[in-house]
Amino acid sequence: MPTVAVVGGSVAGVRVAQALRSEGHDGRIVLVDREPHLPYDRPPLSKQFLAGGRDLAGVTLLTEEMAGRLGIELRLGSAAERLDPRGRTLRLADGTTLDWDAVVLATGADARAVPWPVSSGVHVVRCLDDARALRAELVPGAPLVVVGGGFIGAEVAATARSAGCAVTVVDPLPAPIGRVVGPEVGALFTELHHRHGVATRFGTGVAGIEGGSGRLRVLLDDGSSLGAAAVVVGIGAVPNDAWLASSGLRIEDGVVTDEHCRAVDDAGAQAAGVYAVGDGARSYRRGLGRHVRAEHWTNASEMAAVAAHNIVAPEDLRVHDPVEYVWSDQYDWKIQIAGRPVEADRHELVGSIAGDAARGAAVYAGADGRLCGAVTVNWPKAMFLCRRMLGDGTMADETLGRLRALDDARR
Amino acid sequence: MHKLHADHRACQGYGNCVTGAPDVYDLDDEGVVVLLKEEIDETERSRVEEAARSCPVHALTLGG
Repeated sequence: MPTVAVVGGSVAGVRVAQALRSEGHDGRIVLVDREPHLPYDRPPLSKQFLAGGRDLAGVTLLTEEMAGRLGIELRLGSAAERLDPRGRTLRLADGTTLDWDAVVLATGADARAVPWPVSSGVHVVRCLDDARALRAELVPGAPLVVVGGGFIGAEVAATARSAGCAVTVVDPLPAPIGRVVGPEVGALFTELHHRHGVATRFGTGVAGIEGGSGRLRVLLDDGSSLGAAAVVVGIGAVPNDAWLASSGLRIEDGVVTDEHCRAVDDAGAQAAGVYAVGDGARSYRRGLGRHVRAEHWTNASEMAAVAAHNIVAPEDLRVHDPVEYVWSDQYDWKIQIAGRPVEADRHELVGSIAGDAARGAAVYAGADGRLCGAVTVNWPKAMFLCRRMLGDGTMADETLGRLRALDDARR
Repeated sequence: MHKLHADHRACQGYGNCVTGAPDVYDLDDEGVVVLLKEEIDETERSRVEEAARSCPVHALTLGG
């Protein structure tokens, strides 16, 4: 009976295990995770879970009952320590060794380490225990400094503000979300903070952090400083691939795979039976002609379905070459982003991405005039159309026309 | 046949289901999921279930 070992119990790993059954795999499935918790979903950790509106059950991806019904063996609280692709074994921290016929590496990414070591009061938000620890600090009136104005930082700022904290977000870039959506649209995201009473210190880096929980001081590189009861650092994530250093797999800021989610060894050959999915995988994208590592929920979910299919039906390989898609909920904005807006030559707005009643889209055109990205605020229907048109290679002007017609129909 | 169910209040308009199976799922003008059919044949189960599992807020369930 063939065994598939899935290493990592976040959305990528869980979706692989579930999809293996949908695809007809009738052998063993063993799902390994270093954390003791039942597999859980991460997007709510900076939003509903952090706000206290959900408990562990509210973010659980796979209950014991669901796992039992699908015949998924859970090996929780035990990190994977060593992979031997030739011997087809996986050694765990509890001393046991699993034999596998196929293995899926889904160990994701960890929060980038805080470069300003302080004894207490400085948080990251990556796993459940991180979010629980931070939740205890979100006291009305408490001064909170968020270092990093990207998606995690902005979501944490919005949640903390709703909890009544006095929040300041710091980032060395003048418009942090501009990294993804370009500087002009990025500036609208800065206004969003201000409209909700969150201060920003953008264009200013952090030089250091002093003190401890309840009496921290964040030193900025312009010589000023901010007092804080707690500090949240959201400065990116790094793939959790150090445990694979001796595996002989090609690791280049993530596990390198081909377009079918199959891992490649350090000589460039396919590593038989080894697949990688999710935030820790750097997969070849046919459409872009290069390898990409993406830290997106939808990307993880889509890779999982592709890998599971390719394990069960290797004679009918599926390709992972998606239209990139992310979302972020900040304050009263439902933000959705597709494609690669930052690579655009120009963009145009439809509707409004400003003020208290925002509902609009930014449509981005590449050098060839084709749609290359889209950002929508509180307008899911427009985003769905843009995702479809991105996949079809539609001209940006045609996209603009269709969104304007959709916008007119609503008025 | 399998019965497909949508929780319209949970739906946030992420649209992953429509991308996965546009013949089964759609979004209305408010961005809420619309089921184009609710009885799913066994031959379509895997694909429809995969699209249901792509929902970030677990608004879609396919009955046994």
